[in-house]
Amino acid sequence: MAPARFQPSSIKNKIKREEVTRKLKKSKNQAKLQKRLDQAKVEANDPAAKKKRISENVPRTLDNTREADPAMLSAAGPSSAQHVEFSNDIASDPFADYFNFTQDPTIPPKVLITTSAKASKGTYEFCDELVGVFPGAEFIRRKKGKGFEMGRIAGWAAGRGYKHLLVVNEDMKKPNAITLVYLPNGPMAYFKLTSIELTKQIYGHARATPHNPELVLNNFSTTLGHNVGRMFQTLFPPLPEFQGRQVVALHNQRDFLFFRRHRYAFRSPEKVALQEIGPRFTLKLRWLKRGLPAVQNFGASPDALEISVGTEELPGPPEETPMPEQDEESEMRPHEPVPVSNPPKDNEYIWRWKPELETTRKTFFL
Amino acid sequence: MQSDDVIWSVIGHEFCSYKVKTVTQNFCRNEYNVTGLCTRQSCPLANSRYATVRENEGVLYLCIKTIERAHTPANMWEKIELSKDYSKALEQIDKELKYWPNFTIHKCKQRVTKITQYLIKMRRIKLRQEPKLVGVKKKLDRREATRERKALSAAHLEKSIEKELIERLKSKAYGDAPLNVNESVWQTILDREKSGKEKELNVGAQLDMEDDETDGEEEEEEEMEEDWDAEGDEFVSDFSGDEDGDLDDELSDLEDVVDGGLGAEESGDDQSDDDSSPEDEPPSKTVLGKRKTKPTTARAPPRKKLDKPGRSSLFLNSTSSDLSLLFTGGPRVEVEIEREMESVPLTRSALANW
Repeated sequence: MAPARFQPSSIKNKIKREEVTRKLKKSKNQAKLQKRLDQAKVEANDPAAKKKRISENVPRTLDNTREADPAMLSAAGPSSAQHVEFSNDIASDPFADYFNFTQDPTIPPKVLITTSAKASKGTYEFCDELVGVFPGAEFIRRKKGKGFEMGRIAGWAAGRGYKHLLVVNEDMKKPNAITLVYLPNGPMAYFKLTSIELTKQIYGHARATPHNPELVLNNFSTTLGHNVGRMFQTLFPPLPEFQGRQVVALHNQRDFLFFRRHRYAFRSPEKVALQEIGPRFTLKLRWLKRGLPAVQNFGASPDALEISVGTEELPGPPEETPMPEQDEESEMRPHEPVPVSNPPKDNEYIWRWKPELETTRKTFFL
Repeated sequence: MQSDDVIWSVIGHEFCSYKVKTVTQNFCRNEYNVTGLCTRQSCPLANSRYATVRENEGVLYLCIKTIERAHTPANMWEKIELSKDYSKALEQIDKELKYWPNFTIHKCKQRVTKITQYLIKMRRIKLRQEPKLVGVKKKLDRREATRERKALSAAHLEKSIEKELIERLKSKAYGDAPLNVNESVWQTILDREKSGKEKELNVGAQLDMEDDETDGEEEEEEEMEEDWDAEGDEFVSDFSGDEDGDLDDELSDLEDVVDGGLGAEESGDDQSDDDSSPEDEPPSKTVLGKRKTKPTTARAPPRKKLDKPGRSSLFLNSTSSDLSLLFTGGPRVEVEIEREMESVPLTRSALANW
């Protein structure tokens, strides 16, 4: 290489300098393009060369260079340390009911979909779509007030035979989160919900049919990811109706779960045509808790009124006078369904997202 | 008292640190002010005889300032605890502030009323469960939105879904006569496998393919179904115990494994999935060979209606490549458990005696 290459930046005249750099850049790009064209010509005749080139030049991606995670279930089978954990996990599997096929696999599990209190149109539209996605889903409007906490609703729904409670949370007139509770005492997961596109917004969308869809769960590699994947799996009936040619896909990429729903048709043994139905949204897991949602004052009755006799005070004073707080640890209400446990006061986190967990760009948890 | 007017002439008209001026009105930020407005009557600094009601942790106190102590700021305010009972509190005020101007008494009582009301509301709110308010973190949202966009482009969603579906098709997960495929496409697949198999296995195995539907032993089916279903979405891994490709043995192993394996499936599968690829066991492929029959399942709820003979041995080689693709270090792909076991595949001897 020449000891001092000519640098266009040494030209003081702006117009001339720009001209020179432009020319230089153009010639460089042309050379590069020529090289690529020649390479393509060679490879057109020799596919092996192309394969070789591709296999040699694998680009580094965040997914390639993901940090090794002890929780990852790898292709090599469970490590010795994991064996014990797995046997524990299997023993305490909350989804055992679904995977043991105690019920008829064609009937879809009941899902109760609701919103946070005082939802608005956008949320209701989204919930309508969700009802179409999950066979066996029902939507009920959420009331605001003391007896309608999420934990209470969960208990009620469990008693009525629902398998899941799905609460769409709203913020500023838009749905922003989903809380998914697996009903009889199951774990609950909270996802941040983004990038929602309703069916009508998708150009050229297909029409959904009432067939049970097939499920594709991609890329769940850690135990946490498996938990989430299985939780999602239990929302659908175990036996899909292939006749319907519908597939629901939840694809995990870098901790973002992309939900898609397609109709497919096999055009050839190598090609499938996909037409998108249904809503499209992204979820990101924020936390996973054990048990049902907590209710702070479950069953506590409000303070009793205390009116002192013989007052002639200002109009409109409150009749109640403060009374010492009742004990918050109250009994189960008499008509509480027996098998469901009382919602707890507080929940134990199985996993929680914290900003300090993301130490590098290559750490992912699902 | 003579200094009161002087004080007021200064702070009322000129500067007072507690004064908050607005377009229509002046407010007083002094904590001892009864009304909260900056007026001559309600200024605690410009009145040497003054009374307020203040609340501390749910307890109301009547604070009185008198002329005798007006010059000693440390002991200026006399705090009298008021009764928790509202009406008694009002009576107390009347008693303590007897012979005081009506304005003061009235304002103190109004203050007692207001404070009691808000205390009640606070208690009631505590009993309720308010939704937890979480702050919107703009920076975090922005960062995550960018990451989501990049993850989306890295995900190649449609491609991966297509790939998955093709693999399921090729691995016969849909059964012998799948309802979701074109006849022609299915024929091509079968033909390819046949030709691919011909090169490797001998012709005898081919006959298996043409078996008509027979109901295999029900119990085996069930067990195998359970086995399958229990495995969830993973491709069933092999039962690494089976090293030989003997069909009968495989099935018997399966039966054994079923109950023990049911539990083990959940996580065992995850890893065993990948076990299968390197070893590439025929048994694992058998598992894949099972499929579910659509028509029968539709009618009778119990999943045991598999009429299709298991063609386990047939597609071993064709599926093996698919499997190995699946489990190479790349993203783990999970499949929904829809498999059900068909009947026991026929052995050569059984076939001979057919």
